[in-house]
Amino acid sequence: MAQSFPEDVLEHVFSFLNHDRDRNAVSLVCKSWYDIERLSRRRIFIGNCYAVSPEIVIRRFPDVRAVELKGKPHFADFNLVPEGWGGYVYPWVVSMAGAYPWLEEIKLKRMVVTDENLELISKSFKNFTVLVLLSCEGFTTDGLAYIAANCRNLRELDLGESEVEDLSGHWLSHFPDNCTSLVSLNISCLGSEVSFSALERLVARCPNLKTLRLNRAVPLEKLPNLLCRAPQLVELGTGAYSAEIQSDIFSNLSEAFLGCKQLKGLSGFWDVVPAYLPAMYSVCSQITSLNLSYATAQNPDLVQFVSQCGNLQRLWVLDYIEDVGLEALAAACKDLQELRVFPSDPYDAEGNVTLTEQGLVAVSEGCPKLQSVLYFCRQMSNAALVAIARNRPNMIRFRLCIIEPRAPDYLTLEPLDAGFGAIVENCKELLRLSMSGLLTDRVFEYIGTHAKKLEMLSIAFAGDSDLGLHHVLSGCESLRKLEIRDCPFGDKALLANATKLETMRSLWMSSCSVSFGACKLLGQKMPRLNVEVINERGPPDSGPEDCPVEKLYVYRTIAGPRVDMPGFVWTMDERVSSRFSRATEGHGD
Amino acid sequence: MTMISEEHKKEKLGFEETELRLGLPGGGGIFNEDLVKNTNANGKRWYTETVDLKLNFALKETEKGENLQKEKSLISCSNDSVKPPPKAQVVGWPPVRSFRKNIMAVQKSSSEEGGGGAATFVKVSTDGAPYLRKVDLNMYKSYQDLYCALGKLFTMGKCDSQGMMDFMNESTLMDLLNGSDFVPTYEDKDGDWMLVGDVPWKMFVGSCKRLRIMKGTEAIGLAPRAMEKCKNRS
Repeated sequence: MAQSFPEDVLEHVFSFLNHDRDRNAVSLVCKSWYDIERLSRRRIFIGNCYAVSPEIVIRRFPDVRAVELKGKPHFADFNLVPEGWGGYVYPWVVSMAGAYPWLEEIKLKRMVVTDENLELISKSFKNFTVLVLLSCEGFTTDGLAYIAANCRNLRELDLGESEVEDLSGHWLSHFPDNCTSLVSLNISCLGSEVSFSALERLVARCPNLKTLRLNRAVPLEKLPNLLCRAPQLVELGTGAYSAEIQSDIFSNLSEAFLGCKQLKGLSGFWDVVPAYLPAMYSVCSQITSLNLSYATAQNPDLVQFVSQCGNLQRLWVLDYIEDVGLEALAAACKDLQELRVFPSDPYDAEGNVTLTEQGLVAVSEGCPKLQSVLYFCRQMSNAALVAIARNRPNMIRFRLCIIEPRAPDYLTLEPLDAGFGAIVENCKELLRLSMSGLLTDRVFEYIGTHAKKLEMLSIAFAGDSDLGLHHVLSGCESLRKLEIRDCPFGDKALLANATKLETMRSLWMSSCSVSFGACKLLGQKMPRLNVEVINERGPPDSGPEDCPVEKLYVYRTIAGPRVDMPGFVWTMDERVSSRFSRATEGHGD
Repeated sequence: MTMISEEHKKEKLGFEETELRLGLPGGGGIFNEDLVKNTNANGKRWYTETVDLKLNFALKETEKGENLQKEKSLISCSNDSVKPPPKAQVVGWPPVRSFRKNIMAVQKSSSEEGGGGAATFVKVSTDGAPYLRKVDLNMYKSYQDLYCALGKLFTMGKCDSQGMMDFMNESTLMDLLNGSDFVPTYEDKDGDWMLVGDVPWKMFVGSCKRLRIMKGTEAIGLAPRAMEKCKNRS
């Protein structure tokens, strides 16, 4: 019987459970398992910082060592979420400073972090080792100085692609001379120059340094100095990859790379001068992850370089690779799992590169392990999508962006329903899908019918009516995140599937046809959802009830309506005293 | 609950909400379509049913001339030998992260390729307005475009063509209307605050880090400094 196991035996068994899902399952068995589990949980992942409050988390899990939080909705990446929307880490840091003195790791994504927060972190947690800030904002290099100076055992500092106010590069010099613990350092998003000698000394005294991602200001000529001091590096992000063409720079660089026997990942390559690419040839065959998405190199230099990397598993690249380069990739890199092709000139309607659907088809044919795709292009056909779907039933992430909104199949001028339909029908393990091009309600019918494992769906400029949204909400059993922009989806589908929203993390709808009245009703009926209307032009009730809201963000929560909303966000929660000018409107006319 | 038929909805909404969103976050289209709609016969713009902040600016004669030329060509598209103007940009589309757009912009400008693509986002604050905005300077071709956009950003909008709605309370609004004119200023790469409009447009885009629309009374000290700085540079 479960009850007769001593607690410490159970705790020991639970210590082998690392996945949240397993721990959550275990905590539901009985009250004593719930208690043992909660006291022994050390890692927490909170996908939406407003779904729960710090107090609730701390009350349930009193001894956490690692926290991961996400703030703003994904569409914030594309400037669709106004400044000041929220996602402040402040209340979390303040509460955790008191409750979790042994906290070691903080990982944040799309959150607002201030220098004061960073100072508090650096002074509150004696064993602090890992700080990861992905796509965050609100802090300056002064805040980083606190982290460098006070976190004695810092292992990982990753600034991701955060927006950091760069006051100076001096912060790096705040790492004390006895700091030898660094394993991973990513400062690639910073603009200003750090003291190179400080960086050199830091790298030299950290024997466990595995990941080093430099910023653009570190010149190519100095890279060998760092590589020689860290030959054990596994991941390197170069600084600017340009210099005057000088043979001694080239030979120093080649020699330095020759010494990097453990190197598996390469990134950076700002301002790349193609003549220097061959300096890395000695490591190409080791490389499994290559990020050339900021490298403006073109063919033949580009394809020549990529073709050397026969063991590539992940490639991020600009569309300069073109179809011809992708065909070469398909021939050379049989282990490829992930491909991302970004647009070099996203606003040019015509494009100046020959990258079409052919390139993607070629890779889907030639690379049997391809499972994750992000592809920007200017033309697509149903035939190509069907081919990709048939070639790669193992596809897990498929994100296609055809640059022109509502672009049809360029061969037949038909909608791309059949193509995306083939994707969801063949790729039964599909977890994430982003669609583009001309799409009718039919594609959503296919998605609702087949995409049973789909967890995240992104839709733009698609569909004809509420029926489209209804198919998705009623059919996609595993759906967690749904983000929609500029689609003619309105009240009916939303209200008819209100309970579905409690099974999801969040729903984003902007520039759709959801009326203010429907938002109010949703907020009334579903107290466990936060229904937030974003209207920058003014209060949503200034117009009639059927006036559409600009943006809508709905998410499940046990923390109630949030208290930090800016002036342009309105909660539809009845219990919150209304800021609306008209007090009580009749519920029926 | 009011039962609204599909037809009625369609009429009311006119599907405007589902059209491509042109221009800035939060609405306020300012590009080709609006130029056409809101331009009368002699090329001047008017604002329908909106109250605009009187933005105080000095446009040099040559720039004014340039701008009018550009407007004419955008509207008439009569010159076939010229490449058609780039399409109006939809906010947040294509879905390329601002971080990436800014990096590509920096790399492009330093390699001196033809611009007109990547983004340069700067924050815009207005004295008296409750919150900041971000605008992409590369979306505009001239000061005229920028002022038009700024005016609409911080202007009362309308919903469903039924009267005004005010997002500022009455007293703030009256301050805006009665007080001195608003003056757009910007912080440049050196951290100095300058009057917008003094330098050629492209130079401005390259050096502007942040915009602030100040009350005219506060901006008095700026003009001489701006002129001096230009003199020192040239």
